[in-house]
Amino acid sequence: MTGINANIGISIIVSAILYGTPLVFAGIGELFAERSGVLNLGVEGMMLMGAVTAFLVSQRLHGPNALVLLVAVAVAILASTAMAAIHAFVTITLRANQIVSGLTLTIFAGVIGLSSYIGESNNLGAIAGKHQFSELNVFGLAHLPVIGPILFHQSAMVYLSWLLVILAVLYLYRTRVGLHLRSVGESPRSADAMGINVTRYRYIHTLLGGALAGMGGSLFTLQIATNWIDGITAGAGWIAIALVIYSFWRPELLIIGAYLFGAFTSFGFDLQARGVISIPSEFWSALPYLMTIIALVLVSLGSIRRRLGTPAGLGIPYVRGES
Amino acid sequence: MIRFAAREKVPRWLNYAVPLGSVILAVIVAGIFLAATGHNPLTTYKNIIQASITQPGAFSSTLVSMTPLLFTGLAAAVAFRMRIWNIGSEGQLYMGAVGASGVGLLLHNLPGPVLIVAMMAGGIAAGTLWAAVPGALRAYLNTNEILTTLMLNYVAANIMYYLIFDSNSYWRDLTSPSARVFPQGKNLASTANWPPLQLGSVTIPFGLLLAAGFAVLLWGVIRSTKYGFEMRVVADSPPAARYAGIKTRRKILSLMALSGGIAGLGGASQVGDFSHVLDPRGLEQAGFGYTGIVVAALGRYNPVAVVVTSFFIGMLVNAGYALQGPGFPIGVTGTMEGILLFCVLGSEIFTRYHVTIRAPRRATAIRPVPKPPAAVLPASAHEEVPS
Repeated sequence: MTGINANIGISIIVSAILYGTPLVFAGIGELFAERSGVLNLGVEGMMLMGAVTAFLVSQRLHGPNALVLLVAVAVAILASTAMAAIHAFVTITLRANQIVSGLTLTIFAGVIGLSSYIGESNNLGAIAGKHQFSELNVFGLAHLPVIGPILFHQSAMVYLSWLLVILAVLYLYRTRVGLHLRSVGESPRSADAMGINVTRYRYIHTLLGGALAGMGGSLFTLQIATNWIDGITAGAGWIAIALVIYSFWRPELLIIGAYLFGAFTSFGFDLQARGVISIPSEFWSALPYLMTIIALVLVSLGSIRRRLGTPAGLGIPYVRGES
Repeated sequence: MIRFAAREKVPRWLNYAVPLGSVILAVIVAGIFLAATGHNPLTTYKNIIQASITQPGAFSSTLVSMTPLLFTGLAAAVAFRMRIWNIGSEGQLYMGAVGASGVGLLLHNLPGPVLIVAMMAGGIAAGTLWAAVPGALRAYLNTNEILTTLMLNYVAANIMYYLIFDSNSYWRDLTSPSARVFPQGKNLASTANWPPLQLGSVTIPFGLLLAAGFAVLLWGVIRSTKYGFEMRVVADSPPAARYAGIKTRRKILSLMALSGGIAGLGGASQVGDFSHVLDPRGLEQAGFGYTGIVVAALGRYNPVAVVVTSFFIGMLVNAGYALQGPGFPIGVTGTMEGILLFCVLGSEIFTRYHVTIRAPRRATAIRPVPKPPAAVLPASAHEEVPS
């Protein structure tokens, strides 16, 4: 491989991680919610709330960079968790249809909803960002060839997302609470009979899903872009939901899928910027969505007979004593 | 402590009282939201009604805003009623607009009525085909249609942008130098304008009449045809449908195609009734498809009720355009739609269950029970159930 090709390869991996990290956060969050049996189609709306509130804080708060970013992400988490709480209350306590409630959440918080309202009433649209996550030079190893830029030159949020995946795997498969969570998603009735509080598990994991979606969303205004526009996530929330399906509800596969889609998102920008090929930009914009469809089709081809990994109780409200 | 007890029978008045109550609740909640963000709720509500009904010409513009929402609302209602979650009416509407404007440009020499019918056919065909892809995937491979239809919305938007902004396509106006610099679509011949109905000072778009006709037709089809009955069986109990020999897969595919066709006709109506040109930005910003979901859910997927709900959401959307500014930011429309729909969704439980709210029992209120002697109760009963 020549030097230039190797550089293109590394820069594709680096931007795959950049664009994939919000998908990791939001995807793992949705995975937790779905493992507890709650399908939340409001991820896009929750991410947008995270993105706009994080940007608002980063504009208005003055102080050292790290502190501002910390507060911004914390506020993003609060905002998106509040959104998830609406969905949790409406679907878990009031037992409304999860699909419709999730779609409502995306409309409520989404492009023409609350996130746009917050952006417009605070005039966030016209200004450039003041605080951004920047890449760290971990152990001073950022200049190592190949692995340097990939492993040791990422932002704090990327390292946090790696930690999150490890913790999620340990939590789901190595702890008692994780086992209870899986049983709540698979068979709420047996879980209830075992003395597990189904309602509490569902609430906690739906809220956790919201919190992580907000963290993912905040990256859109604090790292990927340096400004706010309405609907800045451009469907990332939906891709995160798709990721959960084709990772068969497994965190360790989800991160791979997220980076793959990060690569598809950045591919077009990268190759066009280098003038490598002249394919219309619309094709590159549509590519991540087309690849999502293809991935979903491949997964369904493989799992027509066995519903691989789908929590059996997903999408069904649990009511004690009712079938 | 909130307790729910399933109702044996739903009293008829509840079917009216609960939706009405939830709308009132939504008005109050939205009012609190407005007040909390520094807007006077009463003034805002008054402005909405003025801008969408009482001002001169306002009622007609509400009908304009309502027209595409009735199409996408019906498209969502027929699909959702049958538990097929087609959230792709956004993209199907785009493709309908592409198809109808393409046909309209191609056949511009034909006489008006023939041209208009051809445009409708073009819109329906394009929307149907666009929806048939996720429909077939769902029917034959069980691929999640929520995600595929949604992804196709983004793909359709990109196709539309490509046709006008990034290519020398048949849809793009390339006649003048300025149109080459600022890309725009070719305008359709005036014979392609759909004729509105004038009733006194009120203008009723042709597409609205068409959509209202479809609403009644769909209501009849779902209610009293073999197709509608079989669809309801497929929706309510897929195993029962299989045992009864209903061809489930074909039903799903045909329903998606029907839903997409209605949305596509909505796209044709946008071109024929209003814009007379393929306008990607306008269509994308309007988000008719997503708002159609709100319209359908508020109407509980009943095509005739959707006519009513599309009018009310049309009012809100029209007010959003008319009042746009610091007092009424764009996001208010979606926020209020969301509040309304959450209230209606959440309240449905009151028709299904008898709900009582009691103060939580305190631990001290429970009379102490004398402990049984240790010998009576085996120690193992206290241990956690092994998992």
